[in-house]
Amino acid sequence: MSILINKDTRVITQGITGKTGQFHTQMCQQYANGRECFVAGVNPKKAGEKFSDIPIYGTVKEAKEQTGATVSVIYVPPPFAAAAIDEAVDAGLDLVICITEGIPVRDMIRTRARMEGRKTLLLGPNCPGLITPDEIKIGIMPGHIHKKGRIGVVSRSGTLTYEAAGQLAEYGIGQSTVVGIGGDPVSGLKHVDVLRMFNDDPDTDAVIMVGEIGGDAEETCARWIKDNMTKPVVGFIAGVTAPPGKRMGHAGAIISGGKGTADEKLAVMEDCGIRVTRNPADMGRLLKSVL
Amino acid sequence: MNIHEYQGKDILRRYGVATPRGIPCFSSDEAVAAAEQLGGKVWVVKAQIHAGGRGKGGGVKVAKSLAEVAEYASTILGMTLVTHQTGPEGRLVKRLLIEEGADISKELYVGMVVDRGSQRVALMASSEGGMDIEEVAAHAPEKIHKVFINPFTGLTDAEADDIARKIGIPDASVAQARAFMQGLYKAFDECDASLAEINPLVLTGDGRVVALDAKFNFDSNALFRHSEIVEMRDLDEEDPAEIEASKFDLAYISLDGDIGCLVNGAGLAMATMDVIKLYGGSPANFLDVGGGATTEKVTEAFKIMLKNPDLKAILVNSFGGIMKCDVIAAGVVEAARQVDLKVPLVVRMKGTNEDLGKKILAESGLPIIAANNMAEAAQKVVAAAQGR
Repeated sequence: MSILINKDTRVITQGITGKTGQFHTQMCQQYANGRECFVAGVNPKKAGEKFSDIPIYGTVKEAKEQTGATVSVIYVPPPFAAAAIDEAVDAGLDLVICITEGIPVRDMIRTRARMEGRKTLLLGPNCPGLITPDEIKIGIMPGHIHKKGRIGVVSRSGTLTYEAAGQLAEYGIGQSTVVGIGGDPVSGLKHVDVLRMFNDDPDTDAVIMVGEIGGDAEETCARWIKDNMTKPVVGFIAGVTAPPGKRMGHAGAIISGGKGTADEKLAVMEDCGIRVTRNPADMGRLLKSVL
Repeated sequence: MNIHEYQGKDILRRYGVATPRGIPCFSSDEAVAAAEQLGGKVWVVKAQIHAGGRGKGGGVKVAKSLAEVAEYASTILGMTLVTHQTGPEGRLVKRLLIEEGADISKELYVGMVVDRGSQRVALMASSEGGMDIEEVAAHAPEKIHKVFINPFTGLTDAEADDIARKIGIPDASVAQARAFMQGLYKAFDECDASLAEINPLVLTGDGRVVALDAKFNFDSNALFRHSEIVEMRDLDEEDPAEIEASKFDLAYISLDGDIGCLVNGAGLAMATMDVIKLYGGSPANFLDVGGGATTEKVTEAFKIMLKNPDLKAILVNSFGGIMKCDVIAAGVVEAARQVDLKVPLVVRMKGTNEDLGKKILAESGLPIIAANNMAEAAQKVVAAAQGR
């Protein structure tokens, strides 16, 4: 098993005809069960055409009705990406994964407010997506570094997700699902939402949680873990050396007013019983030690 | 992106928020002419730099005559102002704001910021104006009042009035405070701000509510729809290396260490800095070349890092996903040749086409120190920087 997605998931690609959408759609098709999973694309101007054997529809609603897909992935450019999320939410999809980087925060505030009370879950934006190894990958991560197994990985950063999976592979340890939640301040699923799913997943035994400076999502998650999590969790927080007031690449990665430092987060996580490391090269070994 | 106080006040006035009248100046003569034009008997001479704490650093003076305006303007222009936000090296003052004096009866605080928890814009207000809001938050958190603004309704009359009363605005001035806060929210929202701070917001002797200072940051992801704000950018206030990097779409931040870092991915770039520090070294920069790095981008990144006279070694840490290791290796080799690399270079690469990438590096004849994982890479680059 896994969380959120598996080999039976059917996916609509919004922005399938752009350069990024085309490239990653083909990579996802080539991974495991991808040919069966990626069933529709959306572009109002190219409805009726096909890309890489995938039929293109004018709207998400139509794509859902015609194919039964319940999940979408978005590669639409930043000025239009929030509207693409809105469309997927209105079509009543279960899960929307927004890969697009650089969406204005103002747009996301409105999109998140519109989502209140709706059933659709959002992953991202500005995230690598997620993968259930040997079943399906939805997003831009390299498939081949992942291996089927029983460890959950959740991270804000894309490349640190790969790093964690790569280190696990060195110990021969596979993953149930690997989830990149993205680095933006206003976004969908948070660490705690994903941890809750891993806790409920009978095929996940332990979790690597990777965070970074900024905000207090890691602290909130750590407190939830202390009270509810029945499985071991290990953690790393990137940005111990980041200076205050400087934005470290991700819009969300900034220490403001002395808040959101890596040290503060690591201290709360340790207090909550999470084994943490200050060495990003040590995530795999640390996870192995708690199994 | 940040702007100056006088530019922030221009924006506020467009949204009906009261500010003192003022004129930006670039010389002492201009300052005197501005004071004459404003009229009155008291003027404030304010240094314009992108940092707070200017008053404490000597960058804000009250002048009671035109002679004093001239005197203060010539002292402040050209001074290196050191505040708690500039770092010890301080910032050279090149612009001034000359403002009419204000009759202050009470100093208050109003700020707006994007709140991750509620996923909305938060309005924060306090009766404790003129101080660092972080200090108020630490010592008297009960004095900070917050509203999380619904983007579809905006700041409502009831919300604004409630906040105004809580921070001690007298009944006669509540309507003005409401217009002030609603105007501020509208400015924040329509201009895609990420932070706005009015500290202090003052109540004048005759009951008016006025913004005595204005600080704005804007969401860089939204600048594509705000050419009027992009025009306010002041390159003198930014780090030259960071400006150069932004031309090539590189996320670069200067730090004070001696080990250059070139990494793909923001999280991995931060983690690379952390692991260098863990093994006793000190990073010279944060640098994320992104997922689509080309030979040209990698070369430019090397050039920018090498402009730093303190640089003693470089670490390239790349997890090739979609970005293939052989492409990165080719970029590193090309860059090292073009820039005539003199400092030790440690390369760790992992992921797609890893073996091919390593082969390209090995056959290049360049004195590249290879490493298999992040820990080994950090240890090797720290040793190289220390001349071991």
